[in-house]
Amino acid sequence: MTRLTRFTRTTAFKLSLLYVGVFTVMSGFLVVYVAENTDHLMSEQVVQSVDSELKGLADVYVRGGVRDLVETIDRRSRHPDASLYLLTDFAGNALVGNIARLPTVVLEEADGGLRRVRYTRLGQNTEDIERQAMVRTFELRGGFRLLVGRDLGDQLKFSNLLANALRLWLVVIVLMGAITWFFVNSRVMKRIDDISATSRTIMHGDLTGRLSVAGNNDEFDRLAINLNTMLERIELLMQSMKDVTDNIAHDLKTPLTRLQTRIEIALRDAKGEEGYRDALEATLDETDHLLRIFNALLRIARIESMAPGTVMEPTDLNKMVAEIAELYEPLVEDEGGRLETEVPAGLYAECNKDLISQVLVNLTENALKYGRPIEGDLVIRMSARLEDDRVQLSVSDNGAGIPEKDQDRVKERFVRLEESRSEPGTGLGLSLVKAVARLHGGELRFKNETPGLSARIDLKPAEPDGSGSGNGQDGKTGEKRS
Amino acid sequence: MLRILVIEDDPEAASYLVKGLTELGHTADQAADGQTGLQMSLDSDYDILIVDRMLPRLDGLSVIQQLRDEGNHTPVLILSALGQVDDRVKGLKAGGDDYLPKPYAFTELQARVEALARRPKSASQVETTYTVGDLTLDRMAHSCRRGETEIPLQPREFRLLEYLMQNAGQVVTRTMLLENVWEYHFDPQTNVIDVHISRLRGKIDKGFATPLLHTIRGAGYTIRDAAH
Repeated sequence: MTRLTRFTRTTAFKLSLLYVGVFTVMSGFLVVYVAENTDHLMSEQVVQSVDSELKGLADVYVRGGVRDLVETIDRRSRHPDASLYLLTDFAGNALVGNIARLPTVVLEEADGGLRRVRYTRLGQNTEDIERQAMVRTFELRGGFRLLVGRDLGDQLKFSNLLANALRLWLVVIVLMGAITWFFVNSRVMKRIDDISATSRTIMHGDLTGRLSVAGNNDEFDRLAINLNTMLERIELLMQSMKDVTDNIAHDLKTPLTRLQTRIEIALRDAKGEEGYRDALEATLDETDHLLRIFNALLRIARIESMAPGTVMEPTDLNKMVAEIAELYEPLVEDEGGRLETEVPAGLYAECNKDLISQVLVNLTENALKYGRPIEGDLVIRMSARLEDDRVQLSVSDNGAGIPEKDQDRVKERFVRLEESRSEPGTGLGLSLVKAVARLHGGELRFKNETPGLSARIDLKPAEPDGSGSGNGQDGKTGEKRS
Repeated sequence: MLRILVIEDDPEAASYLVKGLTELGHTADQAADGQTGLQMSLDSDYDILIVDRMLPRLDGLSVIQQLRDEGNHTPVLILSALGQVDDRVKGLKAGGDDYLPKPYAFTELQARVEALARRPKSASQVETTYTVGDLTLDRMAHSCRRGETEIPLQPREFRLLEYLMQNAGQVVTRTMLLENVWEYHFDPQTNVIDVHISRLRGKIDKGFATPLLHTIRGAGYTIRDAAH
């Protein structure tokens, strides 16, 4: 692409060209309209004055004869801005008048109507200058011919003025076009170029790049801010994808390697059927573990890809928590702990019962595994309450808690704090809780209590039968679908 | 002995199933696509159908639906790689009786097939009392006795024992218990079911000469009379 074509292809150039074009056409139209109308008006005036003068002079001739006519013409033509007069006899000799030269044909056509002629004026120092006039010839009795006309100098001057104005106007328009181009090019296009340059570097793999924000909150700033937010999200997703890959490499490779080793050892060393049976049973345990990890991963991916608001229904939290507590109470007691619940009766939330049950199960199992206090008995408390128009569902323990710096990290897939690596588990429990919380329009939050840790998610409250808030809910679901 | 039809298009998976079921003493036939499977199940009288969801020519759910439309109520176990809760719900709504996600353990499949076969065909056939050895469960009176001793049970313990006794002599897996007694469709990572079983065992077996509730290693539990 040559420099010129690149230049003519810019939006700034096209915009300026369009601007100049439109304004030229519009102002041309305006000037032509004004010129036509004034010309028409002025011609009308000339016709009227020429005709009335002719009539007056004809009267003078009828009343006073040729002598009076000559005198009147002579007197009138001495005025500085006098009309044009010429009186000739039957032979065509000029008797009186202020015209020095005139095309002869004009006088021969008596009453040929008004016509435009070029002439030279008599008795002025501009005798050589040809001027234009509208004249009319009239034949008097006795073979005299009378010519009366008006000089068109004023009218022509006006036309010149308009033409000059148009020319000046065109210059102004082109200049303004150039200014527009300059402004658009330097301010607007430059920022668009900036954005595309930055996005090119980002496309080449540098996800840390961000678009510059000028700070004047115009469209470009808003665009840049939105794109930056998008980039942050993408960077986060890429990072977590990398983490997942790393963690899969570690957490899935480990059991796979163990599996392989066991099979190899069994093939090499196992003695008799009993040995093979033991090896196969151990292998089965390992594949069970692997399958559990895969299922959990698939489940999380599935939940993360669901649209918020799907498969939700008003759910009695009191009943749900009581059921989970009933399932887990014996287990907690066997571990020497206590399970408490605190949910007000009639508290309903818009949620997926199965997923939220699983959330409670995961959080409870986490509390069981990691929430044990150094001294005294483990107390796990499941509670739900209405707070700031959201239902807060939480599971807390009285253990050591999670250090602040790790609270976000533990929600990631496969992340297990060093202390918990020895415990059985997939490291996916909290990732699932996080995904479910997001599906329900909330977040998983941790808070270190004294003592212990409370993990909570927030849900949208609902009316028991769903009819009380029916309209609002329908509206919401509609929005979400669109 | 059960007559079982396996509708599964993957030859390896199908022959593994047929072989396993035959070894257990059942008769197993195989259909490699939905259309053939539907025809075979309408033509002969099978006790159980094992249906894969993704089949050539006619998908599994349509097979079940058409079968039900024809008035055939043979118990169907759906076997599918689609194992999410909403997939299960869809499968069960289409007329399936149980749903087992792939990959599965053969013991799990065996337990579910046998549980399906024992399922009462109609409401009138539902027994009001179950008896295993000297243990009796009265569903009407909501009471449980072993010999002369009245055993007090919590509602959930009652449901647990009821389900086990419904399937007396058969293996019942932990997942089956979680699905049928608690109606949850997910895997807990801890041995939460074992604890409930051991509590129940403490009530019905402790202090009696013969244990009735047995743990089957790697599979689940069964309740049976030692004499048999």
